[in-house]
Amino acid sequence: MYDVTARNISGCGLSALMSEEGRRVSGEAIISSIALLHDRGNGMGGGFAAYGIYPERAEDYALHLMYYRPDSRDRTERILDDSFDVRLAEPIPTRPVEGVPAGPALWRYFVQPRPGRAGTQSKDDYVLSLVMRINSEGIGSYVFSSGKNMGAFKGLGYAEDVGRFYRLEEYEGYIWIAHGRFPTNTPGWWAGAHPFTLLDWAVVHNGEISSYGGNRRYLEMFGYRCTMQTDTEVVAYLLDLLIRRHGLPLEAATAALAAPFWHRIAAMDKDQQALMTAIRQVYAPALLNGPFAIVFAHAGGMVGLSDRIKLRPLVAARKDDFLFLASEEAAIRLMCPQPDLVWAPEAGEPVVGWVRGGSLEGVR
Amino acid sequence: MRERQTFTLREGRAHLPADNMHYRPLNELVHAAVARGATHLRVSGVNGQRYLADGLRGDLALEIEGVPGNDLAAFMDGPSVEVFGNAQDGIGNTMNSGLVVVHGSAGDVIGYGMRGGTILIRDHAGYRVGIHMKEYAGSRPTIVVGGRAGAFLGEYMAGGLIVVLGLGAGDRPLVGDFCGTGMHGGTIAVRGRLEEAHVSPHVRVSEATDEDRALLAPQLEAYAERFEVPLALLEDERYWMLRPASNRPYGNKYAI
Amino acid sequence: MTTYTPLRSYLPPRFRVYRDDARCIRCRACETQCSFGAQRYDEEDDLLLADDGQCVGCHRCEALCPTRALRIEPNPSAYRENANWTSRDIRNLNRQAETGGVLLSGMGNDRPYPIYWDHLLLDASQVTNPSIDPLREPMELRTYLGSKPDRLEFADGRLATALEPQLMLEMPVMFSAISYGAINLNVCKALAMAASQMGIRWNTGEGGLHEDLYRYGQSAIVQVASGRFGVHLDYLETASAIEIKIGQGAKPGIGGHLPGEKVNEAVSATRMIPVGSDALSPAPQHDIYSIEDLRLLIFALKEATRYTKPVSVKIAAVHNCAAIASGIARAGADIIAIDGFRGGTGAAPTMIRDNVGIPIEFALAAVDSRLREEGIRNRVSLVVGGGIRCSADVVKAIALGADACYLATAALIAIGCTLCQQCPTGKCAWGIATNDPLLARRINPEVAAERLVNLLTGWEMEIKEMLGGMGINAIESLRGNRLRLRAIGLTDRELDILGVLPAGQ
Repeated sequence: MYDVTARNISGCGLSALMSEEGRRVSGEAIISSIALLHDRGNGMGGGFAAYGIYPERAEDYALHLMYYRPDSRDRTERILDDSFDVRLAEPIPTRPVEGVPAGPALWRYFVQPRPGRAGTQSKDDYVLSLVMRINSEGIGSYVFSSGKNMGAFKGLGYAEDVGRFYRLEEYEGYIWIAHGRFPTNTPGWWAGAHPFTLLDWAVVHNGEISSYGGNRRYLEMFGYRCTMQTDTEVVAYLLDLLIRRHGLPLEAATAALAAPFWHRIAAMDKDQQALMTAIRQVYAPALLNGPFAIVFAHAGGMVGLSDRIKLRPLVAARKDDFLFLASEEAAIRLMCPQPDLVWAPEAGEPVVGWVRGGSLEGVR
Repeated sequence: MRERQTFTLREGRAHLPADNMHYRPLNELVHAAVARGATHLRVSGVNGQRYLADGLRGDLALEIEGVPGNDLAAFMDGPSVEVFGNAQDGIGNTMNSGLVVVHGSAGDVIGYGMRGGTILIRDHAGYRVGIHMKEYAGSRPTIVVGGRAGAFLGEYMAGGLIVVLGLGAGDRPLVGDFCGTGMHGGTIAVRGRLEEAHVSPHVRVSEATDEDRALLAPQLEAYAERFEVPLALLEDERYWMLRPASNRPYGNKYAI
Repeated sequence: MTTYTPLRSYLPPRFRVYRDDARCIRCRACETQCSFGAQRYDEEDDLLLADDGQCVGCHRCEALCPTRALRIEPNPSAYRENANWTSRDIRNLNRQAETGGVLLSGMGNDRPYPIYWDHLLLDASQVTNPSIDPLREPMELRTYLGSKPDRLEFADGRLATALEPQLMLEMPVMFSAISYGAINLNVCKALAMAASQMGIRWNTGEGGLHEDLYRYGQSAIVQVASGRFGVHLDYLETASAIEIKIGQGAKPGIGGHLPGEKVNEAVSATRMIPVGSDALSPAPQHDIYSIEDLRLLIFALKEATRYTKPVSVKIAAVHNCAAIASGIARAGADIIAIDGFRGGTGAAPTMIRDNVGIPIEFALAAVDSRLREEGIRNRVSLVVGGGIRCSADVVKAIALGADACYLATAALIAIGCTLCQQCPTGKCAWGIATNDPLLARRINPEVAAERLVNLLTGWEMEIKEMLGGMGINAIESLRGNRLRLRAIGLTDRELDILGVLPAGQ
C-alpha cells in the first residue's frame, strides 16, 4: 500500500547546454535561458544541475541536503558520520532573492564511504542505499544531489530566481541543465522541483508520466523508493537501473524508455527486430508512457529524449563544441544567437552529447 | 521590464525594437499601432515573445525579425505576418484569414483548427500540423511546407489543403507516420515521393490529375515567388493527392 | 442397475411458459427446439401445450418463436416469504431428499457475493496529460505471455540474451479452458477460429484435442489435467503452450466431472476413455503432492517439447494463492493462470461452486504484490479469469497487475448461452453444452465464430478507448499501474489488499 499519494504533475520548460570539449562556463547563460521560458512555469519550482563544478574535490561524493526540521541536520549528520568519512561540511552558499520564499536549510558534504563499510557493494551502491535510507527515514531530510564533481540546485520560485538564489553565476560547469515548473498541486515542496538526481544522474522532465504507477512498482522490486512525490523520480531511477546496474548500452536504454511501435519494429531488419522485441518484452515495465521531453545528464555527457509521438516540444542545436537542448528555440538562441545547426529531434530518438570521447563506463 | 515604449508612425509604417521586451508590452504596442492606423509594422530583435499577432484583424503587414515565441497569429483574422527566422509551436491556431510566411522552419501543432488563410513555411514543419483544419462557406485554409512534415500531419482534417514539397528532405520521408489519420475532409498533396507506410488507412491516395494540379498551382506559385525558388522545380514532379476514404470513418463503430 | 422408482417431487415448477394463443401459428418450432420436453403439440385440439415442470428457463423457444408468442417467466414463489429459507434452499433440500445425491450445477457461482470490479473506477486524463484518441493514434495492446529474464545482457554491443518462449497476443484476452465433452466440437471450432482470427489463444480444457482441431493447434493452449485425458505427444507438440491444471475457480480442491451421458464416441476417442463412462478428473494431480513435484512435471513437459513452448499452471483462487503462486513461479512455470470463484464449469457440486474459493480481484492483487515483493514478478505472466464480464473488467484487471484475462462464460453467452445452468444434463437447447448431434447442430461454427470475433472486436475498441482516456498508448504502461484505479464502497482493509486508493484521494 502506498503512503505517498500526492503526485505533482507539471507542465514546464527546460533548457540545457554542454561542451563536448569539457569547457566550463558560468551558470549565467543557463539562467537567462530558463528565464526566457518563464511562462512555461508558474513559479512553483525551478532548478539546475551542473557538472564539473567541484574540481578540487572531484573524487568525493558531493551530497546536497535539505533539512526541514530543527533536528533534521543533527540526526542526518549522525548517519553521515557513521557511514562516511566527511571531508568537508558546509552550508550551500545562497543569497536572498525576492520570489524565493524561506525554505529548508541547505547543506553540502563532500564524503567518501568509510573503508570496509561497503562490503561487497560497490561504492556507488553504498551511497545509493544511504541516500534511499535518509530520504525515507522520515527525519525531514532529503538528499537532493549525490554525484561526484556535480550538483543539483533547486527550490521554490521561478527558475531564474532560484538560480540567483544559489549564486550559480559563481560556478563553472561543462554541463548545465535547467528546469522551471508548473505543478498542478501546490505544496511548498522544495524537494519536488527538478532536476531529480541519483548519484551521477540528473534528470529534468517536461510532461506527465501516465505509466508512473507501474514504473514505480517495477523499481520497488529493485530497492528504489519513490519519495519525492513526483513522477520524474522514476526516470532517474530507471536510468540508474538500466544503464548503471544492468549495463545496457545507451541506445537500448532509451529504446526501453521510449520504445518504437510494433509496426515500426516489423519494418526493421531481423537483428534490430529481435533486439527491439526483446527490449519491449523484458523492459515493458520501464516504458514511459504519456507526453514527455526529458534531458538527462551524467559526467560523460547528456541526452535529450522525447516520447514516441512527441507530445512535448524539444529543440536541439550545435555550435562548435557546444550542444544545446531546450523546450523552445528562442531559449537556445539566447545562449547562442547564431548556432551552426538547429533541428527538431524525432519522437523517441535520443539526441546524445559526449564529453571528449566520454562514455558510460565511468558510470557503471 | 522597461518603461512604456512609444513608436513613431510615418505614413502608416513603424519600427518596434523588441529586444528583451516581454510579450505583454510588445503586443500592446502592436495593437496600439494598429489602432492608430498602422498598415506596416517591423518588429526587430524578437526572441521567444509569444502571442504575436494574436487576434489581430484588418489589413496589417507585420514583419518579424528573429524567432517569435509560441502561438504566433493565433485567432488572427486578416493580417499578414512574415517571419525572418525560424518559428516555434502553435502558429495559426484557429486562424480565420490572413497570411503567415516563415523564412525557416516551424515547430509543432501548426494551423490547428485553422478555418481560412494561408501559412507558407520555407523549410520543415514539426508534428501534428494541420489538425482539424476546416472549410466553411467558401473559406478554405492552406498550409504549404517546403521541406518535410512530421507525424500526424492532417490528423482529423475536415477541410482545407496541405501541400508538402520535400525540398531539402534528402532521403528522409516527406511525411511522418499516421499521416491523415481520422481525415474526413480536405486534401493533402505530397510532391514526388510518398512514404505509403506512413499514410493512414483512413486515406486514399491517387496521383494528381490536371484538375488537382490546377488546385495546387496558386500555392506553388505563391511559394515559388515568396521564397525565390524556380516554379519549374515545383511543377516538374508528380504529386500524390491524399483524400479521405470516407466522410464517416467511424460509422460502424457503435453497437446501439 | 436395479429398477429404481424415483420419489415423487413436491416442488412446483421453477418457470412458467406463457403462450399468447392468438399469436401462435402452430409452427411447432418450440416443440422442436425444446430439448427438455416442455413443449408438446396436441394434434386433436391443434394446440401447443406446455409442461411447466420441464421448463428450465433457457429461453430457446422464446427466441425462436417467429411470432413472439412465448414468454418464459420465473414461477412466482408459492411459499410464504422467508429471508432465511429462500425458495432456492427449499428447492435444494427437496431435490436432495428425492435423490440422495450431491447437488450439481453448471456454469459459475451465481450467489450475490460482492463484485469488486464494480467497486473499482478508472482514471481519465485531463489538461496535464492529454487523453489519446485511439481511432487516430497508435494504441498498442500487444501482449507477450511468458517468462522474462531479470535483464538483457549485451556483448560487444549486441544482444546476448535469449528469451524463453513467449506467446504473442494481439489483445490481452484469451478463451479459457472449456473441455471438449463439456461443449461439443462445433463450439470448439468456433472458439478456435475466432482465436486464430483475432491473434489470441483458445484453451482445450481437459477434454483433449479433437483431430479436427489440430489445424488450430498454433492458436491452442492444451491442458494437462489430473485425468490426463487425451494427453500424448502430438497433442503437446501441436499446441503453442501447455497448461497444467491444478484447479479451477468453480470447484477448487476437487476434480472435474463429465457425466457419462456426455461421453459419446467422439468424446471417448478424444479423451481416450470408454464411451458412456464418467470422465472424472481426480482432485489432486496424483503425481503432484508437493511443490517440487510440480517442478518435476513442468520440466518433464518442457523436456518433452524441447523447451519450445511456455508452460502455464492454472490454479483456483483460494486463501493462500499468493504463497502458492510464488512457489509455482519458482518451480519454473512461465505463466500462472488464476481462476476466481465465479469461474464457470460444465458441472460442479453446487455447494463447492457457491462456497469455495475467493474473488479473483483479491487473488490477483495478492499474487501480483507478493511476486513483486519477492522480486520475481518478471518470471511469470499472470492470466486471470472467473467472471470477466466486459472490457472494463479487463482494463481493471490489468491495472491491478494481470498480463491478460481468460474468458469463457462471456464467450459462451456471446454464442447463445442463457445461463440456465443445465449443462450437466447434456440437453443444452442452444446446442452448446451438449454432445447430442441433433442439438450440437444448432451451433454453426462459422456463425458462432463471427459472433465471437464481433465480441472481441468491440472489446478491443473499448479497451483502446479506456486506455486512451488515461493518456496511455501501450498496454504495458497500465499493467500493475494501480494508481489509475480508485475504489468506492470498500473497507480500509480491502483497499489495502487491493493496493488501491479510495476515490477522492
